[in-house]
Amino acid sequence: MVKKIYFQSIFFSFFFIKEAFAAESGGMPQLNPEFWVSQIFWLILTFGIMYLVLSKLILPKISDNLESRKSQILENIEAAEKQREDSDAKLKEYDEIISKSKLEASNIFNQAREKALKDIGAKREVLDNQIDTEITEAEKEIDALRKNAPDKINKIAIETSSGLLQKLIGAEVNNSSISAIVDDLSKRNGDKYYGN
Amino acid sequence: MAANPMSQFDVYRIGPEIKVGAFDISFTNSSLFMILSTISILLIFNLGSKKNSILPNKIQLLAELSYTFVSKMISDTAGSKAKPYFAFIFSLFMFVLFCNMFGMIPYTFTVTSHIIVTFVLAAFIFIGVTVIGFIKHGFGYLKLFVPSGVPAVLLPLIVIIEIISYLSRPISLSVRLFANMMAGHTMMKVFGGFVISLGIVGGWLPLSFSVALTGLEILVAFLQAYVFAILTCIYLNDALNLHH
Repeated sequence: MVKKIYFQSIFFSFFFIKEAFAAESGGMPQLNPEFWVSQIFWLILTFGIMYLVLSKLILPKISDNLESRKSQILENIEAAEKQREDSDAKLKEYDEIISKSKLEASNIFNQAREKALKDIGAKREVLDNQIDTEITEAEKEIDALRKNAPDKINKIAIETSSGLLQKLIGAEVNNSSISAIVDDLSKRNGDKYYGN
Repeated sequence: MAANPMSQFDVYRIGPEIKVGAFDISFTNSSLFMILSTISILLIFNLGSKKNSILPNKIQLLAELSYTFVSKMISDTAGSKAKPYFAFIFSLFMFVLFCNMFGMIPYTFTVTSHIIVTFVLAAFIFIGVTVIGFIKHGFGYLKLFVPSGVPAVLLPLIVIIEIISYLSRPISLSVRLFANMMAGHTMMKVFGGFVISLGIVGGWLPLSFSVALTGLEILVAFLQAYVFAILTCIYLNDALNLHH
């Protein structure tokens, strides 16, 4: 079967060779002037119409399209740039506001601290003054008391000793002699009692 | 069917014969593919320019990429003075490109594989460029044929060579496109014929060649359209910015 097809194909190929190169004569149809005028006429007609339509209707439209696209893209780029600049300015403004408010906040804080410190200082001074005066007053009082103390003690000692003597002896003792003794004693032993 | 590799270039009438005076302007397969190319170009670029969204869709991207491609090509080769001729060069590039590409579809007809079509385009460019040159520079445009810095002895020879090269521009421009298209399509047809004649046994080699050639031809189709357009720009540059 395969063989048969093979031989058939070879047979037909020879058949076609005869067909293929049968009409070798005739030359170039291009040089046959029979249809030259027709070709020139139709060429001018079709090319002319195409040129007119293209140049008057289609090409201006394409050029417009290209131009408008170009300008639109440029516009968009410009707008984008403008918006970027705007946003940059706003960002700067925002930063400025933030730094300003930070500065303000620290100022306020510092002021408040200074004020508080001043208040504390003033109050402390007042208190210190008060304390000082009270201390001096107290010291004065103590001093006064201390100064008066020997006299009073002497008096008490004199009265006590005169009382004791009266009870012991049963006679009036001259106060002046007792006081002389007490004075003498206190002078000698005063240091022992008052530590002065 | 697959007889002559040149039979693909046959022009035949579609519909009745139309005659204006002595001229036969019948609708042919060539006319059909010219109209198809034109309609495809207009359709694609109309769809591509209809909506203007910031993020272009595929067809809009295609249209805009073609626009910027041609626009860059013109400004690179001919400078900013060539701006008024942008629409013409754009149409030219697109027309040649689409005709070439339509020719790559099997069983179609390649409009640009006919010398008369490419020659009419090239002649129109040649005449237009010459007229622009004379309008812009007056008779000073003739300085194009006198390059600066050439010894006086050689000058007559150089001027003759320059004039010949200038006059051969439409021929070289048209023959380049036509010959490229014709040669490529003929070669593909010949290899296609080999595939059939060698059959299932030996046909694979020419078939693979055919596949490779198809890729090459698509490249050539684009490249020749590009070359056609860029040479037009260069000629236009000579006419607009005369510096010799």
